[in-house]
Amino acid sequence: MNNGRRNFLKIAGISAFALGSGAAATLMGGAPAEAAGIGSYEESSRALHAKRWAMVIDTRKFRTKADFDKVIRACHTYHNVPDIPTEQDIKWMWTDTYDHVFTDDMNEQLPKKMLQDKYLLLCNHCTNPPCVRVCPTQATFKLENGIVAMDFHRCIGCRFCMAGCPYGARSFNYMDPRKYLSDPVPNPKYPTRMPGVVEKCSFCVERLAVGLQPACVEASGGAILFGDLNDPQSVVRKALAENYSIRRKPSLGTQPGVYYLV
Amino acid sequence: MVEKLLKGPKCYYMWLLFLVAVIAVCGLVYIQQLMQGLTVTGMSRNVSWGLYISQFTYFVGVAASAVMLVLPAYFHHYKQFKRMIIFGEFMAIGAVVMCALFIVVDLGQPQRMANVMLHPSPNSVMFYDMIVLIGYLCLNAVIGWVTLEAERLDVDPPKWIKYLIYLSIIWAFSIHTVTAFLYAGLPGRHYWLTAIMAARFLSSAFCSGPAILLLLVLGLKRLTGFDPGKEAVKTLTVIITYAMCINVFFYLLEVFTAFYSGIPGHQHPLVYLFAGHGGSVPWVTWCMWAAVILAIGSLCVLIPPKLRENMNLLPWALGALVIASWIDKGLGLLIGGFTPTPFETFTNYMPTLMEVMVALGVYAIGLLVISLLWKIALDVKKEAGNF
Amino acid sequence: MYNAKYVIVGIIVFAVLFTTPFWFGAGSGAYKRPDVVLPKGETECVEPVEYMRAEHMQLLNTWRDEALRNERRVYVSSTGKKWEISLQNTCMKCHDNKADFCDKCHVSNSVYPYCWTCHVAPGGNK
Repeated sequence: MNNGRRNFLKIAGISAFALGSGAAATLMGGAPAEAAGIGSYEESSRALHAKRWAMVIDTRKFRTKADFDKVIRACHTYHNVPDIPTEQDIKWMWTDTYDHVFTDDMNEQLPKKMLQDKYLLLCNHCTNPPCVRVCPTQATFKLENGIVAMDFHRCIGCRFCMAGCPYGARSFNYMDPRKYLSDPVPNPKYPTRMPGVVEKCSFCVERLAVGLQPACVEASGGAILFGDLNDPQSVVRKALAENYSIRRKPSLGTQPGVYYLV
Repeated sequence: MVEKLLKGPKCYYMWLLFLVAVIAVCGLVYIQQLMQGLTVTGMSRNVSWGLYISQFTYFVGVAASAVMLVLPAYFHHYKQFKRMIIFGEFMAIGAVVMCALFIVVDLGQPQRMANVMLHPSPNSVMFYDMIVLIGYLCLNAVIGWVTLEAERLDVDPPKWIKYLIYLSIIWAFSIHTVTAFLYAGLPGRHYWLTAIMAARFLSSAFCSGPAILLLLVLGLKRLTGFDPGKEAVKTLTVIITYAMCINVFFYLLEVFTAFYSGIPGHQHPLVYLFAGHGGSVPWVTWCMWAAVILAIGSLCVLIPPKLRENMNLLPWALGALVIASWIDKGLGLLIGGFTPTPFETFTNYMPTLMEVMVALGVYAIGLLVISLLWKIALDVKKEAGNF
Repeated sequence: MYNAKYVIVGIIVFAVLFTTPFWFGAGSGAYKRPDVVLPKGETECVEPVEYMRAEHMQLLNTWRDEALRNERRVYVSSTGKKWEISLQNTCMKCHDNKADFCDKCHVSNSVYPYCWTCHVAPGGNK
C-alpha cells in the first residue's frame, strides 16, 4: 500500500511537471505567428528610406516663442500628447536654456544671448541608446534606420529606461492621459497611451513609413532639417558640413542623432 | 512541518491577525494605486523611481546577508552559527518576497509582468536580476526546509544539500552585485556611475542585514527563550562591525573622488544630499545628517570590545546602524541619483502617504512570511531538543 | 480512514464550490450567439470571415509586431489585396461601431481586451 502510494505520487508529480513545462513551451514558442501566416507583409511603396536618420536643428532660426510653439504644437497635437500641469507631465518636445541643455559645456563667458536663448529638446535617437540596453522586455528597440522606437503594448512601466536616459527624454504616464486631452482627441488617426507606460519622441516613424517628413520638421519651415546621416548628399550632411554643430553630452558615447547648429 | 503553524500561544495569533489587518488595509491602498495609476505616489518625470525601488534595493541586501552566517558555518566550519542559520535563511526568504513585491508595486503595468520572461532580454540587467532573485529564493527555500527536516528527524542532512549551500553562498554575492549593476551601468547618473557600487552594496548589506537578524533574534530570545548562543552573538557582532567600517570607508572614498577631482557632476548629488540647493534644504538633508550621526554613534559602541559585548547597549547600536544604512541606501541612493536631474535642475521627491502605506503593506507581507517560517523553525528546534 | 466526517464534509463543500459556475449558469438558458452588426455596404474583410472570427487576435498581434518592429506596414492578404496595417485606421474604418461589433462578442465571451485604452474608438459609438 505504502509503495503504491509512493509510486502514485511520483507519477502524479512527473505528469504535473510535464503538463506545466508543456504549457510553458507553448507560451514561449509564440505559436500565433504560424496561425496568422496566411498573408504576407511588405513595406509601403511610399516609405522614405535612410541608413541612419538624423535631425539638424538650426537654433539660429528659432527666435521667438512662437517659433518653438509652432513645432511643439505640431508634434504634441499629432501624437495626442497631453498637457499635464504637474511634475508628472508628458513631453515629446520642449525647450530649456543653454546651461540645462548642454550641461557639459559650462562656459559662462558665452554670448549673453546664447545663454539666455531657449533650445529645442527631444529624444536624441542615439546610436548607442542606453534605454534600449536596459529595457527588460524589448519594448523599446532600435530600428535598422537608427530610430529608437517603442512598442507601448509591451512596456511594463518599470521606468528603467527613464533612469538610463541621460537626456531626460522619456515621460511616464502616471495617470490616464485622456483626462488631459480634448474629446475627441486632437488627432483621431493616432492612438493615445494608457496609464503606466513610458513614451517619447518617435522621429515620426509612422509618417516616414508613408512618405511624410516628421511633424515638427514639416511645421518648422526649414528650421529643422531631417535626412540620412550616411548619405553625403542629404540635407543634414550638407548643413553639418557647412556649419558648426554641437550635440548634447557627447562624452557619454551615446552618439546622439540630433545636431544643433549654433 | 507545516502543522507547526496551527498551534501557538495567543500572542502568536494576535501578531498574525495584526499583520493580516495591516496587509488588508494597505492592499486597499494598492488597489487605489492600480486604478488611478502611479500618480498617487510622489514620483515625477524627473524622479521616476522612488520609495518602492529603494526598498527593493535595501531588501536585496538583507536577503544576501544570510551568507554572513552560512559562509563561516560551511566554509570555515564555525559551528556556533549552526543554531542560528535557519533563521537567517528564512529571513532571506521573507526579504526576497519583499523585493519581488516592491518591484511589482512599482510597475506601471503589473499585469504585463510576464513580458520579462516572454521576451527575455539578456542585454538588460533587470533580466539577470529576476533570474538571480528567483534562484536565490528557491535555493534558500530548499536548503532551509531540508536542513530543518533533518534536524527534526535528528539525522544528518543529505549530502547533496552541501553543494546547494556552497552554491547559495556564491549566489548571495551575485544577487547584490547584479542589483548594484542596475545602477552602476547607467551613463549620466553621476551618483550611481561608480565602479565601487557593488562593493558598497555588499558592505552595507553585510552590516545592516545581520544587524536586523540579530535584533530580531534578540527579540525572539525575550519572547520565547530561544538562545542563539553567546559566542554566536559575539562573532556576528564582530562581522557587523567590520562590515560597517568598510561601508563607511567606501562612502568616504566616494566623497574623496568627487571633491578632490573637482568634477562638478560628481559633487552635485553629494552637495544636494548634505546641503540642499540654492539655500533651500530638502527634507532628505536632515535624514542624511541623522544617518551620519547614527553611523558614528553605532561605530563608537561597536568598535570597543567592552561596549560591543554589553548586551544592554548592543541593541541600540544595532538599531542606529540599521537606520543609518537604511537612510543611505533606502533614501539617499535613489534621491541623489535622480537629483540633480539630467538638466542639472532640482526636483524634490517626497513619498506620499499612499506610497508609504503600500510600502508598509509589503513590509507586513514580508514579516508575515518570516513569522510563519520562524514559527516552524522554533517548534522544530523545541521538539528536537535544540532550543 | 480517520477523521472521516471532516474529510467527507470537506470534499462535499469543495465539490459544491468548485461547480458553482455550473449551478449559476443552469437556469440562464442556452448560449445565444451574439448578433454582431457587420458594416453595411462593405463586402470583404482583410481575410475570410471564418478566419477573422477565429484568428483576428493573432492577426492583430502579428500586424503589430510586423509594423512596429520590422517596418512592414502593408498586409498582403491571401487574395493578394493590400491593406495598411492599422487597427484604428483600417479595421475601424469599416467596423465603425465598437459597441455593436467588438463589444458584442467580447462581452458575451467575457474577454476584455484593452485595445481602446490607447486606440481611439471610432465615432460610430456615440
